[in-house]
Amino acid sequence: MDTFISALPALASAWDLILQPLVLGYLVLGVVMGLAVGVFPGLGGIAGLSLLLPFMFGMDPILGLALMIGMVAVVPTSDTFASVLMGIPGSSASQATVLDGFPMAKNGEAARALSAAFSSSLFGGLVGALFLTLFILVARPVVLAFGLPEMLMITIFGLSMVAVLAGRVALKGLAAAGLGLMLGTIGEADAGGNLRMATYDIPYLTDGLKLVIVGLGIFAIPEIVSLLRQDRSISKTTTLGAGWVTGIRDWFKNIFLSMRCSIIGVVVGVIPGLGGSVVDWIAYGHTVQTTRDKSRFGKGEVRGVIGPESSNNAKEGGGLVPTLLFGIPGSGSMAIFIGAIALLGSGQIEVGPNMLKSNLDITYAIVWLLALANVVGTLLCIAASGGIAKLTTIRFTYLAPFLFMLISFAAFQSGQNFEDILALCVIGLIGIFLRRFDWSRPAFLIGFVLSNPVEKFSNQAFQIASFRFRKGFDQGMDYLFSPIVITLLIITVISVVLGIRQAKSIMSEGESQSGAKRAPLLFLLVIATYLGVAVFDASRIPDINMTDKIVPLVIGGIALLCCLILLVQMMLAPEGHVLFADRELAGEDANATYGLWPTLAWFGFLVLMTGLLGFILALVLFLLSFLRVRAGASVPRTLALTVCGIAFMCFMASTLNRDFPPGLLQSYVDLPWPLR
Amino acid sequence: MKFKDFGKKTVAALAVAAAAALPVTAQAEADFAGKTIEIIIPFSETGGSAKWANFFAPLLSEAMPGEPTVVVKFMPGAGSTKGANWFQEQSHEDGTLLFGSSGSTQFPYLLDDPRVKYEYKDWIQVMATGTGGVAYLNAEDGAKYDGTANQLKDVDFIYGSQGATRLDLVPLLAWEMLGMNVEPVFGIKGRGDGRLMFERGEATIDYQTSSSYLKGSAALVEEGKAVPMMSWGALDDSGNIVRDPTFPDMPTFKEVCEATDGCETSGDAWEAWKAFFIAGFPAQKIMHLPGDTPDDVVAAYVAAFDAIAARDDFAEISGKTLGKYPMHTGEMAQGAMTAAVSVPDEAKAFVVNWLEEAYGVSLK
Repeated sequence: MDTFISALPALASAWDLILQPLVLGYLVLGVVMGLAVGVFPGLGGIAGLSLLLPFMFGMDPILGLALMIGMVAVVPTSDTFASVLMGIPGSSASQATVLDGFPMAKNGEAARALSAAFSSSLFGGLVGALFLTLFILVARPVVLAFGLPEMLMITIFGLSMVAVLAGRVALKGLAAAGLGLMLGTIGEADAGGNLRMATYDIPYLTDGLKLVIVGLGIFAIPEIVSLLRQDRSISKTTTLGAGWVTGIRDWFKNIFLSMRCSIIGVVVGVIPGLGGSVVDWIAYGHTVQTTRDKSRFGKGEVRGVIGPESSNNAKEGGGLVPTLLFGIPGSGSMAIFIGAIALLGSGQIEVGPNMLKSNLDITYAIVWLLALANVVGTLLCIAASGGIAKLTTIRFTYLAPFLFMLISFAAFQSGQNFEDILALCVIGLIGIFLRRFDWSRPAFLIGFVLSNPVEKFSNQAFQIASFRFRKGFDQGMDYLFSPIVITLLIITVISVVLGIRQAKSIMSEGESQSGAKRAPLLFLLVIATYLGVAVFDASRIPDINMTDKIVPLVIGGIALLCCLILLVQMMLAPEGHVLFADRELAGEDANATYGLWPTLAWFGFLVLMTGLLGFILALVLFLLSFLRVRAGASVPRTLALTVCGIAFMCFMASTLNRDFPPGLLQSYVDLPWPLR
Repeated sequence: MKFKDFGKKTVAALAVAAAAALPVTAQAEADFAGKTIEIIIPFSETGGSAKWANFFAPLLSEAMPGEPTVVVKFMPGAGSTKGANWFQEQSHEDGTLLFGSSGSTQFPYLLDDPRVKYEYKDWIQVMATGTGGVAYLNAEDGAKYDGTANQLKDVDFIYGSQGATRLDLVPLLAWEMLGMNVEPVFGIKGRGDGRLMFERGEATIDYQTSSSYLKGSAALVEEGKAVPMMSWGALDDSGNIVRDPTFPDMPTFKEVCEATDGCETSGDAWEAWKAFFIAGFPAQKIMHLPGDTPDDVVAAYVAAFDAIAARDDFAEISGKTLGKYPMHTGEMAQGAMTAAVSVPDEAKAFVVNWLEEAYGVSLK
């Protein structure tokens, strides 16, 4: 108690620091910039903070903090636009929002989904700040209590969400998660540096696949292609029904859910090393499990938006704990944040243990600036949501080329490789087929996200545990089975049991029809082949590097086993069985105006031309031909839209200081920027 | 190098002459007004090199003639070899391209990583900075430490490591030479994670670079939870390892090795340790220009970095980024690079063999 009372003066002086017109002005400026960056998929806080960095040098600390925090705080709020309106996961924090947010937009309820999401974000942010104000004082020992076995257990708990999201055929969901896990092991192993399904001749693969690209490929590309084939607007209704007031009411009705998910967000955010990418899935799983009528999940259940959105803003607050108290960044943007703090003023603020001793007022100022930024950002977003929701009534054929442009840009903005957009294309294809044959895409993505933590924590925990066991059996058992581990174990078991019981009624992918055997069987064989090759590849790693091969072998083996059981089931089951779900047989995809391959070929065309001519020239050709031929726009309109698109792309790239990936042409001819 | 004789006047004169000779293209003009200098960093925005480059960018902008804009560009991939390979293919255009390498770029080069297609000796170094490192033990085992590792030889240690081919090679080899039994837990993401593992009691030995040690681990020492063991030391002007100026009271690895039975400060192991220590610490971060850059442009950069080092407030503002370690410019930077990438063949063979035997690491 004394700790808290002695912190009160610091809290008061933190408010003195914040409540200055200039500080608030900088905060609003940061928020506005954060919104502008966050609206675009794939450009998270990292891109935004990089924009601000040049100005941080020697800046008054509190002003610099206000600017940066304003920017970071609103990214998980504004990326909701892309998730809900376009089905594009704006950042790793809003992947689960897509599941129900986008169906709502398709039902013409975009404004309602957005305002429910924003209210939840705001609430989550505030709950997070309140919680942190007290918790940060006692956080150090709590954070230190989370060792490797505890982190492994949380990862497994995250993985257990697959049980809820596995879809109608549990084995398929399990195999999808296994495939995700296996794709996540591609590249140089963290521990021993051995290559898995990669070669030094293709340096791109040695780094492994990036989450941004996998997220966009698995969720965005299948949705864009599907909508494009149907040649309609995103919203089925031309008039947007339930508006933003309904959304706020929805949130208020579910305020306790919102509260619980906010707490989940802060707590998981606090633990260093896990990052936030799993938080929204845990929140989504929790939401599903605590909802009585589960039939609407995946088809536009507003609770499916409220849960994850409450957690992802709260998570940003939680992430401040390892960042400020230990100097260990909880995420990429927090790493830049730490770097930027060192540039502020004369560098007097030093993140680390001293933040509580000598800089408690600054610490509190950071916590509450974050909360305040959430308020400002949410109000701006709600104000804008009605207008932006109108995007869903535009004929999608006019939006699609620009979405292809944006996600390609998002895909390569981290590495500026041509391979980035190629990988996007390949993952997109996997996503399309997972969706078509009703293999759970959320399960796949959870597997991918958790692949690295599962491998890392299990190897490390195993190594340290065996070290302890050598010292004594008791020491080993104490290490592995701490009270936290046992608690998490119980929660996980309950969640899996409940999940399996409920999974059949939850269609995270919406309805689909079943039909003939051939196509689903073929897809199963392709996946099984990949898994087989990957397992064989891992088995060739020398035994001295057991850490690099054990996880791919075990996970790959389990996934392969699932595939084999499925194969037997498929051979025995009659045609039309639920196993043979295929969206091309009935429903939206089957009745679409355009076929899958001609539509996908447009994206393939953009990728191919980028490889030959570089991105900008390829984009000119792509936009011109797409708008004129596919969309049937008039010549002036085609030209005007193309010019707008190209100008926008060049503006983004020059502000963010990025190059476009060059093609073959650029290796022969020296061209000026942006063509080079 | 020739440029060391050039004063600022010579640069100016040359610039004028060049401008007169090539009035339109003005390739060798050492005035950067209106231009944009790009510092290419072969790592992501979130790493230590990013911090380093972001610190120097605004200072360089002020110090270069014509106050050009200086931006930092990131080209991460393949353990920094992607960016370095790209830089290898660049040639001089208008002197606006700098490349910032790090120990993680030096090590693959020294270890003949198959992805390395760059050659340090082709580039021109304009600036180099270094750091130091400190190893420390947990309190229980630290009680047995008496300035030698003699009583630590039968203790099993556990250490959170980023990987045997990273900078962690230096501490791992040092402990190995001391006859200590240190088991690395590989795959952590940064030294901060290593310290956290130590604080949680999972790891029992750790090392941090100087600034991180002062920021995070020194507090542990004060609380009695950690015992400092040794620093890696620093290099004096003639290339000898001496006590680290940041930790003058702490023995260096060299001293501890000399005092410990069975550890020798000569021979292949020692030469190998020293070579990788230099590449990883005193000459950790180096700023390069493409190999065919004209002398006047090189001189302009060297003068600019000299001017930065001469700023009244330099010690104060650089404390967080550089610590007490000197910033080398021009010929000194060149010398630092040469020291960093010159490893005797026997020493290299020793390390490659040791990595293979101890950790099963083989670079194809």
